[in-house]
Amino acid sequence: MNSGLRPDLALISDWIAPGASVLDLGCGDGALLDWLQRHKGCLSYGVEIDDEQVLQCVQRGVDVIQRDIQAGLGMFKKTRFDVVVSSMAIQATHRTEYVLREMSEVGAEGIISFPNFGHWFHVWSILRGRMPVSREMPYQWYNTPNLHLATLRDFEDLLRSLELDIVDSAFLANGRPVSAFAILRATQAIYRFRRRGS
Amino acid sequence: MDAKGSVGPVVAQAMHFDTPLKLSSGAVLGDYSLVYETYGELNAARDNAVLVCHALNASHHVAGYYADKPTEIGWWDNMVGPGKPLDTGRFFVIGVNNIGSCFGSTGPGSIDPATGDPFGPDFPVVTVEDWVHAQARLADRLGITRFAAVMGGSLGGMQALAWAQLYPDRVAHAVVIASAAKLTTQNIAFNEVARRAIINDPDFHGGRFYRHGVVPRRGLEVARMIGHITYLSDDAMAAKFGRNLRNEEYSFSFGVDFEIESYLRYQGEKFAGYFDANTYLLITRALDYFDPARATGGRLDEALAPVTADFLVVSFNTDWRFAPARSREIVEALLSTKRHVTYAEIQAAHGHDAFLLADRQYHGIVRGYFERIARRIGGGS
Repeated sequence: MNSGLRPDLALISDWIAPGASVLDLGCGDGALLDWLQRHKGCLSYGVEIDDEQVLQCVQRGVDVIQRDIQAGLGMFKKTRFDVVVSSMAIQATHRTEYVLREMSEVGAEGIISFPNFGHWFHVWSILRGRMPVSREMPYQWYNTPNLHLATLRDFEDLLRSLELDIVDSAFLANGRPVSAFAILRATQAIYRFRRRGS
Repeated sequence: MDAKGSVGPVVAQAMHFDTPLKLSSGAVLGDYSLVYETYGELNAARDNAVLVCHALNASHHVAGYYADKPTEIGWWDNMVGPGKPLDTGRFFVIGVNNIGSCFGSTGPGSIDPATGDPFGPDFPVVTVEDWVHAQARLADRLGITRFAAVMGGSLGGMQALAWAQLYPDRVAHAVVIASAAKLTTQNIAFNEVARRAIINDPDFHGGRFYRHGVVPRRGLEVARMIGHITYLSDDAMAAKFGRNLRNEEYSFSFGVDFEIESYLRYQGEKFAGYFDANTYLLITRALDYFDPARATGGRLDEALAPVTADFLVVSFNTDWRFAPARSREIVEALLSTKRHVTYAEIQAAHGHDAFLLADRQYHGIVRGYFERIARRIGGGS
């Protein structure tokens, strides 16, 4: 895997072809795009709303568009991207289904990573009567930015209902790949999908 | 954070051009002068030059001060200087006064060689594109074939955009702040009110007020007052002045009761004391006419197809005269042709005026972007 990147970003970067045009929704400090520019010669843009993160993108030379992705991707519709990425951001959107639909319109391919709410530790927490607090979701119930939490099956159902076909998937437990019993063991899930028939 | 040094005392220079300049209108300016200032040093590779374009009422005096007038500080001095976001320790910065202006470059107040009188209303209407062509000739004479960046706010941003479109080989980066690819209807309407105020002032004399030894002060004052209202946000104005009264009680007259009235009158009077009425008409017209997509049936992406420069576009959330939506139109067009573009929307209370103020986030973005430019040209020390 690509050293220096967060494990889910490293996996995502493996799925992106050299020279691809990439839009990263909720790009944070631009680490993924920076890597893709340097190592794969990708033409990439990040979308980020947070001032501090936008500043970090500019400082590291990553092109960033300051915009709330929930306002829609209208300004990107005239552009066709090879890949639209959203890493660890989709669960914090109000209109998750809408964002997913928009992603599939703007890009030939979508890649999404999100925290797996079905992880056994979360189940265990709830059995003990507590909302889960974990590395991927380090918030209390009253201050979490996460709105739409999903299990792997939930997410797969949504992709299906939007007629998006899964091309690839990968699962991580605290940064390490897992395959067996991913439904319970994965802390993060990463899906790569395309519009049906495309 | 940005309270670094000034470029210090500066000297304005003038350059004369005797090759006729054909204007967008079809008219020809036989010969003309441009007044400009430079800060920093042009490097050996001649690739660290940055052109700063001015807006409506500003000039070539971008940074520093004049030795004999130490209070006359450049209009973008908080942005341009040693250690400032546009660092004159790395970049060779040029400020140029546009033709039609009233700060030294050939304009309506200059003497028309054909008549021996000031041009006045006979000065041709100039466009943003005309300014850019004139600036390009100045660049030629200064030995600059390609700018590291062309930068401007408001009307200055329009010039940066036009540069990238008209001279794609000569602009590596365009920095377009609080600007638009065309004015809105409302914006043209404001300009028209300002122009009518000037033209209807009896002291305007059809633009030949110079020979009458008067200035259409009342018209200029009203024009400036309208401008000021639109450059500020409603909230900023309320926060600064509220309904504060000059005296404790209403005067029950039409004199100055409210602080805001006093402020606007002061700004108007100050402006009328130094700004040329014909120049105000010309520059607002240049604003109105700017619309690069007019030639492509309204399609800005097609109009900007020749662009090769990378862009930084910045807007301010309370700017209603050059609203963020206008900047996003530019970004959208550049994205659709897969140009490198970065866009920041700054949360700032001051409306359009925010582009002249030293907001931390705003200056951080511009600084970060120019550092990227400096890395590319290897123009560091």
